[in-house]
Amino acid sequence: MPPVFGVLFDGLAYGMLLFLLSVGLSVTLGMMNFVNLAHCSFAMLGGYVTVTLMNTLGWPFFATLPAAFVAAAAASVVLERVFFRRFYRASDLEQCLLTIGIVFVSIAAAAYIYGTDQQPLQLPSYLRGSFTFAGLNFAVYRLFLIAIALVITIALVAGIESTRFGAQVRAAVNNQRMARGLGINVDVLFAITFALGSGLAGLGGALAVAMVGLDPSFAFTYLIYVLIVVSVGGLGSIAGSFAAAMVLGISDIAGKYYVPAVGSMLIYLVMIVLLMWRPLGLFGRR
Amino acid sequence: MSGDTIGAPRDYLQAQIRWRWGEIVFWLATLLPFVLTPSYLVLASQIAISALFALSLDLILGFCGIVSLGHAAYFGVGAYTAGLLSKWGWGEPLSGLVIAALAAGVFGYLTSFIIARFRHLALIMITLGLALLLQEVANSASWLTGGSDGLQGIHTWPIFGRFRFDLFGYTAYSYSLALLFIIFLVARRIIHSPFGLALRGIRENGARMPAIGAATRAHVRTIYTIAATIAGIAGALLAQTTETVSLEVLGFQRSADVLVMLILGGTGRLYGGLVGAAVYMVARDQFSGLNPQYWYFWIGLILIAVVLLLPNGILGGLSLFTRRAKEKP
Repeated sequence: MPPVFGVLFDGLAYGMLLFLLSVGLSVTLGMMNFVNLAHCSFAMLGGYVTVTLMNTLGWPFFATLPAAFVAAAAASVVLERVFFRRFYRASDLEQCLLTIGIVFVSIAAAAYIYGTDQQPLQLPSYLRGSFTFAGLNFAVYRLFLIAIALVITIALVAGIESTRFGAQVRAAVNNQRMARGLGINVDVLFAITFALGSGLAGLGGALAVAMVGLDPSFAFTYLIYVLIVVSVGGLGSIAGSFAAAMVLGISDIAGKYYVPAVGSMLIYLVMIVLLMWRPLGLFGRR
Repeated sequence: MSGDTIGAPRDYLQAQIRWRWGEIVFWLATLLPFVLTPSYLVLASQIAISALFALSLDLILGFCGIVSLGHAAYFGVGAYTAGLLSKWGWGEPLSGLVIAALAAGVFGYLTSFIIARFRHLALIMITLGLALLLQEVANSASWLTGGSDGLQGIHTWPIFGRFRFDLFGYTAYSYSLALLFIIFLVARRIIHSPFGLALRGIRENGARMPAIGAATRAHVRTIYTIAATIAGIAGALLAQTTETVSLEVLGFQRSADVLVMLILGGTGRLYGGLVGAAVYMVARDQFSGLNPQYWYFWIGLILIAVVLLLPNGILGGLSLFTRRAKEKP
């Protein structure tokens, strides 16, 4: 396998995963300016739901994916109604602290229920292994991941660009006060978007288990990557998140592959340089 | 307060800088561990170090509005500088402290040029990124730092050649407390100077300060460098008193912990970080005695409770309480 292709392929799959994990946060941040650091706790919840359903109850892998989506979305609705809605007008710092508190609690709860070990996950046989096509080697699961992420991206873009709901979301991201003035119920809109975004994170978490593993520190480790994607991509921009996730995913994998000595710092370096060049992100407008 | 005379700002600053009874009692109370809980002096010295670190964060967060999720970077630079000096055969604590402070200060000065240009989310992410970057650098430069095994072979000489670092932490606590007090005095003087007022102006409205002729970015760079220096001193103290340095001194966890301590105590009050550090460290000591694995459950709950119920921290809640009690009669 030519290494360039392999690195690109792996980086692409990793980038797709980052995109699924972060797109919800990008849209909700863009709409309400609410800094939700607990976003990856929803992803972690999705991962644990999948693991539990498969290992304990013997559900098939595909059936667990919608369950992960629904569980994360439901949990996010509860938290949004109980805590987050009081903090939409609070400062960045208070929002950060509230949601970091939730991250801590979720990590401890996961450690309490599941222990701190990596969770085992046995993929169905048709998703394992790899095949060779036109002289290039494809890992089936990564291909599957890329396909799912592409389908979701297309659905998201189509939904945002051409439905009434999507138009309202775009209006609220662009100018929340003006959208309210036009009679759009931004609060309800936001609650729905928030649930959808968290559900996508849950799905991302479920898909991540087989690729990067799952333990209680997931909520923190991937939070950092997700924040990087969101801040580099620009708030509220789906295209921006997609581009940023690809750049960061590929540069992370390429860095670890070609220059292992500095590989793990490359992603931070890329982020700092991109942010210094464009503080509002690649596609940010405000 | 006298209204619109020329001397009013000066009078205001003079009134601010006067020592209050509560402050004197607070500092006398820091001597209590020597008498009441001599077996906890090691913990007390850890508290003093954390308090110093939280104080340095308060200078930029509480007084200048710079939210940093990567303040451990400067703490780590100080810790590694002091640790390496000692490892290379110069274990004299005070000069080691000065050199570590200089190293952290220089690093703070260099990075302050980046910091001063940004606000909001980009700022949070850049501070976070710098600290994570530095941690990765320290991790991969294992020939220098010992990597994930930590820095081995640190030995701190007795202070002034006389006071050895004992097992019970007498020297460690005295040393940390003395430095905390001295640096607190410096910070207090800075905050109650015209420069300190300008910082608060930047915190309240960063866009208007340039309009009245304040050199906003230069002020931010100055206070950021000062805060980095103090964080470096705190790191060096930790390295010298515990005689170990691990990668954890640069970690995100440490940046998050110090933020929690400061918020818990209350920002922008100088004492907030000190009180927060004491409460946090004592609570962690107690809870981890029960079940170390779930400490973060409690700290998470505390955070949520503080943000929901005490938005200005413990000290903010206290001052609200005393003000209400005064108004009642």
